[in-house]
Amino acid sequence: MPTHTDSAGAHPDHSSPSSAATPVIEFVDVEKRFGSNTVLKDLNFSVARGERVTLIGPSGSGKTTILRLVMTLEELTGGYIYVDGQPLTYEDRAGRRVPVPKKQQKALRTRIGMVFQQFNLFPNMTVLENIIEAPIHVLGQSKKDAMSKAYSLLEQVGLPDKADAHPLSLSGGQQQRVAIARALAMDPEILLLDEVTSALDPEVVGDVLNILRDVADSTNVTMLIVTHEMGFARDVSHKVMMFDGGRVVEEGHPDQIFTSPTHARTQQFLSAVLGES
Amino acid sequence: MDFFEDWSDYFEVVINWSDRLLDGLLTTIQLTLYGGALAFVIAIVLGLMAGSPSLWLRVPARIIIEFFRGISLVVLLFLLLYVLPQIWMRNPGLPFEGLVRNTFLVGVLALGINYGAYGAEAVRASLTTVAKGQWEATTALSMSWPHKMRRVIFPQAWALMIPSLSNLWVHLLKGSAIAYIIPFVSDFTAELNNLRRPTDIWFSHAFIGLIVYFLLALSITLLMQLLETRAKRRLGRGAPVRQSTSADQPSSTATTSGGSR
Amino acid sequence: MTRVTISAAEIEDPTLVDEDQVRQSPFWDWEFALDALPDMLLAFLQVTLVVTVVGTLIAAVLGLVIAVLLRVLPAPLAWVLKWAANFIRMTPIVVQLIFVFWTFMWLDSLTIGIVVFGVHYATYMSEVYRAGIESVPKGQWEAATALSMPPVRVWRKVVIPQALRSTVPSLGNYAISMFKDTPFLIVISVAEMVTVAGQIGAPTFRYTEVYVIAGLIFLAASYPTAVLINRLEKRLAYAH
Repeated sequence: MPTHTDSAGAHPDHSSPSSAATPVIEFVDVEKRFGSNTVLKDLNFSVARGERVTLIGPSGSGKTTILRLVMTLEELTGGYIYVDGQPLTYEDRAGRRVPVPKKQQKALRTRIGMVFQQFNLFPNMTVLENIIEAPIHVLGQSKKDAMSKAYSLLEQVGLPDKADAHPLSLSGGQQQRVAIARALAMDPEILLLDEVTSALDPEVVGDVLNILRDVADSTNVTMLIVTHEMGFARDVSHKVMMFDGGRVVEEGHPDQIFTSPTHARTQQFLSAVLGES
Repeated sequence: MDFFEDWSDYFEVVINWSDRLLDGLLTTIQLTLYGGALAFVIAIVLGLMAGSPSLWLRVPARIIIEFFRGISLVVLLFLLLYVLPQIWMRNPGLPFEGLVRNTFLVGVLALGINYGAYGAEAVRASLTTVAKGQWEATTALSMSWPHKMRRVIFPQAWALMIPSLSNLWVHLLKGSAIAYIIPFVSDFTAELNNLRRPTDIWFSHAFIGLIVYFLLALSITLLMQLLETRAKRRLGRGAPVRQSTSADQPSSTATTSGGSR
Repeated sequence: MTRVTISAAEIEDPTLVDEDQVRQSPFWDWEFALDALPDMLLAFLQVTLVVTVVGTLIAAVLGLVIAVLLRVLPAPLAWVLKWAANFIRMTPIVVQLIFVFWTFMWLDSLTIGIVVFGVHYATYMSEVYRAGIESVPKGQWEAATALSMPPVRVWRKVVIPQALRSTVPSLGNYAISMFKDTPFLIVISVAEMVTVAGQIGAPTFRYTEVYVIAGLIFLAASYPTAVLINRLEKRLAYAH
């Protein structure tokens, strides 16, 4: 297994993650093509256990693709992704790149949760059913356990009275909070947040971000975040990675990136984004 | 054509023949119900196979679907009527001989297989029409294929496939009129045609026959509309489940807010 | 005038066959198959294809006429036309064939077949056109009105060209459906391919070859066409 020296030392404040020996997520020479369009190229980075990493950059820079590759929603066209040191989709066996057995892939995938931009709640189930479905039928939890966990999660996201509501009867912000509860119900080691506030009305963005701040404070779940909310990124992340054209142009502590970015592209991007709001 | 002159004859004939007409109607309804039920089962099984990620299920399903969609209903019917029984003639003692030689069942089989293959395509297509985000959410929750199909995808696809299945069922009803040429099966069309023989006033009879078929087709359509309304209500508020064109699909298309691919 | 139609009694009864004879003959006879092929292909070209092509043309034109009339006729007339079309669409083509066959005694059965298929499928195609017309953005009508274009010109130059584009794949699919429905013509004794196949097989109860060949010809003609139409559909979808 290739080892990777990561720059996990640089987490001055914030509750610094317990640096385990192996990174939770490791990208090695990752390449992603859609047809002839190369979105990611020679990408190498790793995320330590409990670390919260925010990916920023202009549209089309490949940030969302990274999350989708970790969630196995996209086919990995080159390189390797390791989760907890184990290959997720492809492995290097004696110099040959071979697909990982489906079983292993599935087992690893249960450690990963994702919240989508468009919530993607199941419209044919109530809020409660959305949350308990996978814990019961994928993780094999008892219905009683799953339900009590679901109720406490609904409490946590501020929707204790919506258990029997229909997803489509809820507002966008409420739906996204349910989606967060649904992802957390699986007790993921890794939580992927894909522009979770981009589809929301501006006035409810704050609520959703506050819930995610709570989650960040109260657990040590590893987070990989794609967002345009720079304030949120600065508050919760240990590390910020600036993407452009499928490559990392700059990475570092949020304070450094947001106050004194070194790369011209980062300066340009941040002034455009922050200037807007 | 002498409808207006022969009113009295006309009613006499219809009354004399009403028992046979009703028998024929019953046969047509049976063909439509049994054939429809068989087609439904075939459509669901083949449709799910054709929509599964496994090549071992997908390829055979595709071949079966394209084969039975491609050969005409009438050819299929004749193959089942005249070629299939030869296997039993040549190998006396094979089981199920009675079933193969039952021409009514052969009719049901032909209708069921032919329209079932069309239905399978409708089922498969409606699975792919379920919003991509729903599929992705099931992957993010690590659901197995049977699990996501049973609990998430199929219930949503169901609402989408009902209109196609409804159309196909009407097609099957209309196609069942070809049972008229099956020996020993006297469906409604066959009895209508028999009615032509003792009288010259064919025009009105056939017209009444068409109206009866039309009413049957309308009943099917109304029944399926009820089913569809119910299925949509289960998904809540009649909201659009169909994959919509624009902003609904962030993860598959680049959106203004920065889908990154 | 006397007319003959095929009915159940006239079709070979599979249970009255001399089964000994069947047992002694081979299941598949290449020579017989090759002998049958030319006649079947001839019937295919002269009848099956002719009915499909002419029927499709009638359906495509009449369907468009119906669709436009549904939009321009005063409401009561449009309502009548709509239900007349529904009526034709929702009743069996087999019964329609027999109905027309015995009502219009002076017409020959091939003409009847072509016309009935054309009219029946016109009611389907009118639905396709209707959807196409409805998909033309309202702004196009408004723009044409703003330019004071006369209605006929608006239809001819603005609406129909835009509406037609998206309808081509669906029309093609209905043409394939019609093609696969042509064996229904057996009920009015039109000598299309499957009817001819039956006539060739009847004297010796050798149906295996003829019906298998008929099925293969249908497959060979309809599957590639369907694939082509599917491609066209995808290309049109991307173009939009």
